[in-house]
Parts: sequence; structure tokens; C-alpha cells
Amino acid sequence: MAVSGVLLVLFLVAHMVGNLKVFVGAASFDHYAHWLRTLGAPLLPGSGYLWIQRTVLTAALVAHVWAATSLALRARAARPVRYAHRRPVRGGYAARTMRWGGVIILLFAVYHVLDLTTGHLNPVGDRAHPYGNVVADFAPQRWYVTLFYTLAVLAVGLHVRHGVFSAVRTLGQRTAAGERRARVAALAVSVGLCAGYLSVPFAVTVGLVG
Amino acid sequence: MNLTLRIWRQPGPGAKGRMVPYRVTGVSPDMSFLEVLDMLNERLTLEGADPVAFDHDCREGICGACGVVIDGVAHGPQKATTTCQLHMRHFRDGDTVDVEPWRSRAFPVVKDLVVDRGALDRVIQAGGYVSAPTGSAPDAHALPVPKADADAAFEAATCIGCGACVAACPNGSAMLFTAAKVTHLGRLPQGQPERPSRVLDMVAAHDEAGFGGCTNTGECATVCPKGIPLETIGQLNHDYLRASRRPAGSRP
Repeated sequence: MAVSGVLLVLFLVAHMVGNLKVFVGAASFDHYAHWLRTLGAPLLPGSGYLWIQRTVLTAALVAHVWAATSLALRARAARPVRYAHRRPVRGGYAARTMRWGGVIILLFAVYHVLDLTTGHLNPVGDRAHPYGNVVADFAPQRWYVTLFYTLAVLAVGLHVRHGVFSAVRTLGQRTAAGERRARVAALAVSVGLCAGYLSVPFAVTVGLVG
Repeated sequence: MNLTLRIWRQPGPGAKGRMVPYRVTGVSPDMSFLEVLDMLNERLTLEGADPVAFDHDCREGICGACGVVIDGVAHGPQKATTTCQLHMRHFRDGDTVDVEPWRSRAFPVVKDLVVDRGALDRVIQAGGYVSAPTGSAPDAHALPVPKADADAAFEAATCIGCGACVAACPNGSAMLFTAAKVTHLGRLPQGQPERPSRVLDMVAAHDEAGFGGCTNTGECATVCPKGIPLETIGQLNHDYLRASRRPAGSRP
């Protein structure tokens, strides 16, 4: 859970930094996308690096979902008779929504790949010019897409907020001061990711990027 | 004070149970929660009804025998307090209070509010001990222990094994209990020789008992009547990772 989660968070950070190139300009953004395909050439074939990354991410995702499912099944089996009256005393909203939040994020990821990677659900869907796809995707009249992205990114933020703390704890963080630092770091990563990811669709919607 | 208690009644192991409401009158705010159950049981006995079975022993918050889920919270609403030390002044006149046993597959209900917590004993039997002969009590300071280690070990050693962590955990995990024992012995010199095997064996026994896995939600540490800190679970994870990396042949 922790190791696969850390890999996925590292990807989220790299992906967010790449997204921010949209503020530099269309040429820079498109060039970045092409650079990802030629990364490692001539050592790697075309898109070679991209496929390595996709393979690692898919493996991490499968491991993450498998671990989460087995934990959820164990939790269900561990309490066959439910409480008539149950009140959560701690474990914020983030911790309590890890499982269903994770399912929502997974569904969003599928939509997101079909939208901005393969282009099937994108109004333009020109794979050679991703900048145009992004601009068309978050146009003001497609406010519902922007809204959906916003909710999904916030779900990712909540997931990461508990996830980063929990991963650090799983990997052996064991002091009270370290726990406070881990919680602050988790919040910082979560807020940073949300801000970075939301800036792009909002900038397109309000016309800062066009 | 007059209260309505809705209590889980279950005639025996495996039998079907249900919540039964009881009206309790003349409750003093100075009574403990268990004394209210005593008062109810006296009345039920006089009426020829079956009294409510519940576990209790020392009634001073140190034995770990008592423990019921009160209004959805293990040991009730008061922080760092066992059920026997929970006083009725924390409730209001006219309240309806739900009383349920610990809910866990590893803790089968024996009767009403009494559960069999033998699963915790099996976790202890798997490694919650030191097998080095220690003789009689050693002279003070004969074996130097750094202050930080002594404090951490003592804090973990205050675990009374009541099972509230299991009752509160959304995953039904006993990781805080297991971690308290691992931390208690793992921070002291006497616990070092068996430290790697202890954590591996105790976690294996924990999983075998049917407890769930830990997801670090922290509800256990919040309800713990002894205030065992959540970072003991980090200590357990740390020891577990280190022990798993050792070659199998090097285990004592």
C-alpha cells in the first residue's frame, strides 16, 4: 500500500509540474509532450520511456488496488456484527473516505486517459497538439467538465492527505514529533497538488490560457 | 437522574441478540457506569428477570476487564477513562444511552456484553514476553536504560489489554495492542534478543486471530483508556520491516 502509493504520488508531482508548462505557452507545452515520447532516444525506441513509466504505474496501481481490496475485505470479515450505534471519534474525513474516494479517483483516471491521452472523449482530440486539447476541454461552455475535474482533484487531495501520512507511518515513522511533521508534510503535498492541478483548468476557463 | 439504557442482550454464544431498552430511575451523578448496570441488575433480579452480563473486576481502571461501547464509543465519551471510572455526571437527565459489546470476529460474544478476549492472549503467547531468566528484581540502575527508552517502554507497558482499540478500529484491527507490547519490550535491553522474532510472530498471531489490518486512522489511540500513543504502531512497523529484512536463518 505504502510503496505503491509513494510511486503514484511521485508520478502525481511529475505530472503536475508538466501540466504547469501550459502557462509558458502552447509551443513549450506541446514540446514537453513530444519530449516525453523521445526521452531516452536513441537508447530507447520511440515512446520507450513512456511505456516503461506506464508499465511501472500500472503495476503500482494494481498493487495499490489489490492491497486496498484485501484490507477492505479483512476489515469486513473482522466485524461480522455491526454496531447499532457507531460514532467515529477521530480519523478525519480523509481517512474515512480512502476506499470509496479511491474508487472515484480510479474511475476519474480512466475518464482522464480517454480524454487527454487517447483523445476519444476530447472535443478536439488532436494527439499531436495537446495544448489545443486542454484549451478545448476546459472552455467556459464546458463548465461541467471543469467542475468534474475540480471534484476529482479535490478527491485526490483528500486521498493523498491521509495517504502520505499513512505511508510514512507504515514505513516506520515512530516518534510523536515525526508524526506531527508527517501530518504537516501530507497536508502540504495535498494542498500543493490541488493548487497545481486546479490552476490549469481554472486558467483556461477564465481565459488566462487560451 | 433518569436514563433509558438500550442494552445488547444475547442469551449465549452464537445466539441471536437484540438491543433492549431499560428505564433506569434514581441514578446519582456520582455513580460509575458499572454501578448503574449493578442497580439495573438488582432490579432485574428482584423481578425474576435475567440480569445483564458484563465483565468487571478491579473497578479502579487498571485491570482491563470492563469495557463496553457506550453511544458508539469504546469506554464511553470520557477521554482516557475506563467504563468503571466513567461517572454519570457526564450524562444528562433523560438521555438514551446505547450499550453494546466489543464487536470483533476475534471477540465472540459469551453473553450480553461479555466477550471472549482470548485472542489477545494468543497474540501475547506468540511473543509478548522475554525468555531470558531474569532472576529476582535487579538492583536499581544495575542495567542502565536511557531515560527516553524507559519512558517510552513504560508508556506502552500501561496497556491493560482491554480491547478498546479493536472495538473502535474501523478495520477491527488490534494493531495498537500488539504495538504496545512490541514497543514495551523492544525499548528495553531485556527485550533485544527476541526483538525480531517477537514482532513477526505477534503480527502473524494477530492476523491469524481474525483481526483486520491497520490503516492508521487513529481511532484506537483516541479511545484508549491508557492513552497509548499512535506512534507505537510506527515502532511496530519499523521493527517489522527491519526483522523482515533479516535472513530467516538468523532468527533466534
